[in-house]
Amino acid sequence: MKILVPISKVPDTTSKIAFIENNTKFNPDGVTFIMNPTDEWYALVRAIELKEKQGGEVVVIHVGGAETEQIIRKALAIGADKAVRVDADPTDAYFVATQIANHAKTENYDLIITGKETIDYNSFEIGGMVAELLDIPAVALVSKLEVENGVATLKREIEGGTETVEVKLPLLVGAEKDLAVARIPNMKGIMSARTKPLTVVAAAGTDKLTTVVNYALPEKAKQCKYVSPDNVGELVRLLHEEAKVI
Amino acid sequence: MAVLSFVEIADGKIKKASVEAAYYGSKVAESLGTDSIALVIGEAPADLLATLGQVGVKKVVQANNARFNSFDSKLYTKIVAQAAAESGATVVVLSFNNNGKLLAPRLSVKLKAGYVPGAVELPVFNGNTAVVKKNVFSGKASAEYQVATDVKVISVNPNSLPPIKGTASAEVVQITPTVADTDFTTVVKGVDKITGTIPLTEAELVVSAGRGLKGPENWGMIEELARDMGAATACSRAVADVDWRPHHEHVGQTGLTIRPNLYIAVGISGAIQHLAGVNGSKVIVVINTDPEAPFFKAADYGIVGDAFQVVPKLIEEYMKFKNAH
Ligand SMILES: Cc1cc2nc3c(=O)[nH]c(=O)nc-3n(C[C@H](O)[C@H](O)[C@H](O)COP(=O)(O)OP(=O)(O)OC[C@H]3O[C@@H](n4cnc5c(N)ncnc54)[C@H](O)[C@@H]3O)c2cc1C
Ligand SMILES: Nc1ncnc2c1ncn2[C@@H]1O[C@H](COP(=O)(O)O)[C@@H](O)[C@H]1O
Repeated sequence: MKILVPISKVPDTTSKIAFIENNTKFNPDGVTFIMNPTDEWYALVRAIELKEKQGGEVVVIHVGGAETEQIIRKALAIGADKAVRVDADPTDAYFVATQIANHAKTENYDLIITGKETIDYNSFEIGGMVAELLDIPAVALVSKLEVENGVATLKREIEGGTETVEVKLPLLVGAEKDLAVARIPNMKGIMSARTKPLTVVAAAGTDKLTTVVNYALPEKAKQCKYVSPDNVGELVRLLHEEAKVI
Repeated sequence: MAVLSFVEIADGKIKKASVEAAYYGSKVAESLGTDSIALVIGEAPADLLATLGQVGVKKVVQANNARFNSFDSKLYTKIVAQAAAESGATVVVLSFNNNGKLLAPRLSVKLKAGYVPGAVELPVFNGNTAVVKKNVFSGKASAEYQVATDVKVISVNPNSLPPIKGTASAEVVQITPTVADTDFTTVVKGVDKITGTIPLTEAELVVSAGRGLKGPENWGMIEELARDMGAATACSRAVADVDWRPHHEHVGQTGLTIRPNLYIAVGISGAIQHLAGVNGSKVIVVINTDPEAPFFKAADYGIVGDAFQVVPKLIEEYMKFKNAH
């Protein structure tokens, strides 16, 4: 089975969020970038597990600059077989999706597993776009994935529960927690990652569908109003009369 | 011209998030001076669909066919795209809920339409260009997306724009989309619903608790408060990890992201990864013994006190309030 795992780079959750260039760009100064958690913990590890069980190959792809190679090497250290980096400064989700789809069209993957969403833009745009560009089925928010005889059985989140579905490969899957248990790269993995192939390819031009024209931080930090534990009725009153939420 | 909203039915009801999407669509239609049309895929009674008129929908188009009853992202993309073309929709609105999250980006490609995921406000139009606000960095900032394509796709974050309901009724008409057998890709094998509780992502009120509760046997008062208030229950990852609470309740960076009107956090420290899932809540109440707990910095109201004393009092006071209102 050939599996493609698109990985993204995001600021570590504890990063200070600030903007530059007239609030049109994220300020990367002093920020530690990591692999997007759901990509690393669930999408990548499930892909590796499936390969270990059934044979095949796991390829990771990233659309971005050379500074991300450390993150790509980490994916190789965890167990991916090879990596592709599309050299570009992504302009919007459609651009990223087009690059991933262009690569996938040349390789006939059985499965593409993305993360649930990135922790910076909280969108899950890329997965759906790639699936449509390739005209293949897709299932998102997947917490269980088994493949047998070219058919995937998946558990996905629905409002207030889960649904089990069957879909024929090729298929795109958006990984959710519980899909796999995160793996920490071991010494052998880290050593072998250095020699695994990492191919850099040029980006193809695409239309730009969206532009972020302004970023903003919340107006001001919240002011907590304290209520005495001996006067809980006051909290109920405030929630009703002031906050108007009950 | 028209604005088309995608509306889902579950358990014989219109999903709350879909009512919000339809309302959002109607507001957009109003500002563009066009009609608000809703699309329903699959079987549903016409009188139920007519109630979408209450949120400003003029016409509901329905692909009333049992073959379309279960969600299939490839099939649905094709049907929504056809309905958008037939109605001349320039804006397609969906909910940023479980199905919408996957359907919307597919539609964006199919319609070559710029897509804004998880809008929290109505778009501002300037000629053919729309600017739409969404939250980024787990609620720590917002971003304005500019979309200039002829057709625009917007998914709406649940609980962003509470619908104001009127009394109008929508006209319901049937459509027959052209689909091929190969468009059916997803076969549903089973559904596992957690019964008797309010889905966390749809809840307006949420009562949540963490390790401060000391053990799973102490959740009775949290469940009681939630039941009395008509709230959903949630928890921190720390307590889901040790199986005090089920995993589907866990909110935060690795769990669910929610945006209720009221989030009551009991015995939760307020780690950044937890806040990432609840930052968007309208009002946050924190109950914690430690005045230095970081959660107080994100709170609107706080009680520095012991959960085991405060929560029973809160139940008592809430019931007094409820009986008086
Ligand atoms: C990569 C990563 C991802 C993570 N993702 C998530 C996530 O998605 N969601 C999440 O929740 N966490 C997540 N975490 C864990 C997070 O960092 C915290 O460890 C966790 O949220 C703590 O849970 P807690 O607040 O219940 O427990 P604690 O931090 O132990 O806090 C318990 C609180 O209860 C208070 N308390 C004690 N006794 C009482 C009492 N009698 N009455 C009232 N208050 C009392 C204490 O003062 C304390 O503030 C993640 C961590 C990492 C590293
Ligand atoms: N620049 C990128 N390169 C490769 N994959 C990406 C990139 N950005 C996002 N992805 C993938 O798409 C998923 C959803 O991202 P997003 O649509 O940005 O929320 C991520 O979890 C990744 O698997």
